[in-house]
Amino acid sequence: MLASDVLVAQNVGFAIIAAIMVIGALRVVTTKNVVHAALWLVVVLAGAAAQYVLLAAEFVAITQIMVYIGAVMVLFLFGTMLTRARIGAEQDLNNKNGIIGLPIAVLLLATMLIALNDGFKSEKLPVDAPVVTTQQVSDQIFGPYLLPFWALSFVLLAAAIGAIVLARRD
Amino acid sequence: MFSSATEATEVILKSGWFLEHAYIIPLIPAVAFALIIFFGKKMPLKGSEFGILSMFGALAMSAGAAYQWIQRVNGAPEEAFIKPVIKTWTWWQNDGVSLGIGQHIDGLSITILVVVAFISSLVQIYSTEYLRGDRRYTHFFASLTLFSAGMLNMVVAENMIQLILGWELMGLCSFMLIGHWWEEGANSRAALKAFFTTRTGDIGLLVGTSVLFFSANEWTQKTLGVSGFSIRGLSAWALSGNPGHAAITVGAVALFIAAIGKSGQFPLHTWLPDAMAGPTPVSSLLHSSTMVVAGVFLVARLYPVFFEGMNILGTSLNFIVLIGGITIVIAAALAFVQTDIKKVLAYSTVSQLGYMMMGLGAGAWLPAVFHIFTHAFFKACLFLGAGSISHSASHHSFDMKKDMGGLRKFMPITFSTWIVSTLALCGVFPFSGFFSKDEIIDNVGHNGYTFFMIIGLSGAFLTAAYMTRATYLTFFGEPRGAAAGEHHDDEHGHDAHAAHDDHGHDDHGHDSHDAHASHDSHDDHGSHGPRESGLIITVPLIILATLAIGSGFLNAAPFGHSWENFKKWVEPRAEVVAVTDVAHTTGGAGEVRIASGGTTDTTVPTPEEVAAHSSETPVDGEVATEDTVAHGEEPTAVHDTKSAEAGAEGEAHHESPCGSETPEGGVCYAPQLHHAPFKWSKAGLSMIIVFAGMLLSWLLCVQLYDRKNKKLVGLTKRNKLLGAGYSFLENKYYLDTLYEKIIVRSIAHPIARGAYWFNQNVLDGIVNGAGICTKTVAGWVYRNVDQKLVDGAVNGAGTTAENAGGALQPVQSGKVNQYGALLFGAAAIGALVLVIINF
Amino acid sequence: MLLNQFLMLGAVLFCIGVYGVIVRKNAVLVLMSIELILNSVNINLLAFSLRNNSVDGHTFALYVIAVAAAEVGVGLAMVLLMYRNRRSVGLDELSEMKG
Repeated sequence: MLASDVLVAQNVGFAIIAAIMVIGALRVVTTKNVVHAALWLVVVLAGAAAQYVLLAAEFVAITQIMVYIGAVMVLFLFGTMLTRARIGAEQDLNNKNGIIGLPIAVLLLATMLIALNDGFKSEKLPVDAPVVTTQQVSDQIFGPYLLPFWALSFVLLAAAIGAIVLARRD
Repeated sequence: MFSSATEATEVILKSGWFLEHAYIIPLIPAVAFALIIFFGKKMPLKGSEFGILSMFGALAMSAGAAYQWIQRVNGAPEEAFIKPVIKTWTWWQNDGVSLGIGQHIDGLSITILVVVAFISSLVQIYSTEYLRGDRRYTHFFASLTLFSAGMLNMVVAENMIQLILGWELMGLCSFMLIGHWWEEGANSRAALKAFFTTRTGDIGLLVGTSVLFFSANEWTQKTLGVSGFSIRGLSAWALSGNPGHAAITVGAVALFIAAIGKSGQFPLHTWLPDAMAGPTPVSSLLHSSTMVVAGVFLVARLYPVFFEGMNILGTSLNFIVLIGGITIVIAAALAFVQTDIKKVLAYSTVSQLGYMMMGLGAGAWLPAVFHIFTHAFFKACLFLGAGSISHSASHHSFDMKKDMGGLRKFMPITFSTWIVSTLALCGVFPFSGFFSKDEIIDNVGHNGYTFFMIIGLSGAFLTAAYMTRATYLTFFGEPRGAAAGEHHDDEHGHDAHAAHDDHGHDDHGHDSHDAHASHDSHDDHGSHGPRESGLIITVPLIILATLAIGSGFLNAAPFGHSWENFKKWVEPRAEVVAVTDVAHTTGGAGEVRIASGGTTDTTVPTPEEVAAHSSETPVDGEVATEDTVAHGEEPTAVHDTKSAEAGAEGEAHHESPCGSETPEGGVCYAPQLHHAPFKWSKAGLSMIIVFAGMLLSWLLCVQLYDRKNKKLVGLTKRNKLLGAGYSFLENKYYLDTLYEKIIVRSIAHPIARGAYWFNQNVLDGIVNGAGICTKTVAGWVYRNVDQKLVDGAVNGAGTTAENAGGALQPVQSGKVNQYGALLFGAAAIGALVLVIINF
Repeated sequence: MLLNQFLMLGAVLFCIGVYGVIVRKNAVLVLMSIELILNSVNINLLAFSLRNNSVDGHTFALYVIAVAAAEVGVGLAMVLLMYRNRRSVGLDELSEMKG
């Protein structure tokens, strides 16, 4: 479906979404308001979902929106509300590690960019790849990856029980 | 005679439901453990009913299995190797390595199964009274039941992995039970010490199992079709002449280190006396009769491995007999300097475990196993007796010098059971200890370890002496401290409050291990001076004491061979068994007896592998001949049960090629061992030594404690001198000072006592001489070996770790963000390094 | 489209997430930063999945999403507990484990 003539549009779309995501991510880690951070995170996650669509991963994109934006974000907002008396800007969200954190992040980023640039230089993604269907994904999950799926089910079960045990009042 | 057995004959062995399903035995308490954990607190008896019922179930099944095993042995030819009942289920398999779980039931397993199930049942019943009202009553029973499950699982284990599972379960339960009253720092420290010390040994278990597996797996898979973890495979492999010397030696030494840790042998014995901080039923079950024999059991279970790896019965001294011998003497000497009755018994246990190890190391397999059997009963009885005293008479104190004495009048049942068990422990003739301990000493000497026979005899002397001292201090003389009921009258009225009771304990400042035992029930008992315990406590005591008398007759060598039932039922016979069909040998089937008697000119078709291995190490025919000659010199040296028929000379010995030679045309599962003939002269000698120990100790005790007590009447504080001439009787925690005072007295005041007392002074001199020797040795060993050497090594390791930790301390700020920074910083630097390298 | 543009986007998001984990004091914000990191991983997985023409990456991306959901559930429960016990969600105050 993806023809070479629409690649420009895709690239433009990627750039716009990527810029929004980076800005959103930066706001998440810099804003002074917890609720704002959560809302900026929504922007990043939605952008990620859009990128998944660009990467021909529809099912994952839908899952991303439903699970992350639908469920996880609600959890975050609840968590914020249950742990803060008021919603608004606060001064005390960062600790004194900024002086360590920035160099580490920059160093890590530089390293990764160098490595990526060196490793994949200008390798192109296939332009005519078919969209991965839900059926293919489910065949994978319930075929060769069944055992991890089971393990994951137990992880979720344990997490659910653990969350209840931790959070209940007694 | 089995002259006709030169051709392969299938022996049809009897079996039965209980034997075939013995794997259920450990499952019963395991299920009960789960039930106690989940429903225990809601039950009317707080979960103890599950534990007791499960132990009764396990006991019933063990008894059924024992009966069927006896049937199986009786139905087989007298020299035939009785195949153990083996079952395996594979639960994990990968790339040629398979792990199974199942059962390996033979005479040894049956013996320990019965002992464990029996003692556990009695101890659980006893505990319902002893721990009544305890705040963690349900958890106590859960741990006790889980312990039983672990021990039973270890005993029925088919392979080393299963054995390790049971072994570690026991270690965990031991930790939980020692620290049952962890609110007191001493108890939790003791629990940690026990855990870490045995853990040190457990490294050996893992290493040894791995070494043996990687050495043996190929051979066992090819020959027997079982994995290199299986006990059956390892036994056969060890005796096949195939293993390299280094591999089997390293494996055996590593496994023996585990046995040292678990069974409290010499360098790692320090945890066992401290473990007495646990409740007394725990000491009785775990730390005297069952768990601590796990190490001995391991050696007995894999005896072929140790036999070959340690070169037992070889010309040189071996590791096992050396450690066992050292342990006997050191532990027995330490028992003299203890004032805590449970610590006396603990050191006694260590010493008796030393006997078992020494016996195994010297080739006296059967007496050692028999000693496990008899020792379990009388030592459990002694511990439960000590618990009975502290529970009902001494107000939860275990201090013999301060809170006991004269109790025989108040506690007739406890007293009589104690005396019976003490006599059994000392090895006095008709009691069970005689039949096992004396056999060990006898066989050790018979197998050429003369020096260790002397050590065994001196150990018997020391045992008699320290047990007499403990008995005297506890039951004779005048009542002291809590036994005299003094502090109850002072501090508690008849309407004492529970809270007040607590105070009374702390003020009293005893070594009150069991102070928490039953605060709630103080008002019911113990507040009115010493008296006999209730039926729930005395009935187990009586049962155990009966067995302490009776169990020895299962293998009463002095009465002739028809009495040696235990030997017949338990000892694995050394016979070459052919492996007929490799493909179908799982579960012990498919083996055929080849031959018995010294003849090896069999024409049995053998697997090529076995033949190939045999040819690598040719059979040493000379050894067998020598053995026959050597034993021919002793006409009474009959060591099998067919003597009635084969009483004639020459053929009285069942010589098997199993042992240090390569079996021809098959595999062996047990080495050929020899039994010493019983002689009344030897037994008489050891009896004399035992009675001498008792007598000397008794006289010493009368000198020390009785006279001191006459002068002590009316004094309430210790350390107060009683008179100018009797300054030696200063009352101290340790005997050192006391003994020194005696020396001073016996040198400085003999003339003052006059010629009339001459005889008694001579006697005193002898007595004191013995006392001085004992005290010097014991004190030196305690101070230097125990405290400095062993503890020093441990502390040194700790200090090193502490310093290193201190240097790294600032990194551990406890702040999550800094940890994150460290993590990602390290990752970034690592990535950078990789990038630079790859450029 | 280049493969690298997705991978670099993932790298940028990852480093921003790392910065957030190190710098943020509020536990909820640290959890959000972890979400950023997990999403960057997902972008990488899907990009490589497209490049290799395989579906494995999708499967793992879904697993990552599920694990992230579990992690947020437990993490927020811990934050709630922390808040209930200390009236604060500052991670700086949780330093009892320090050596």
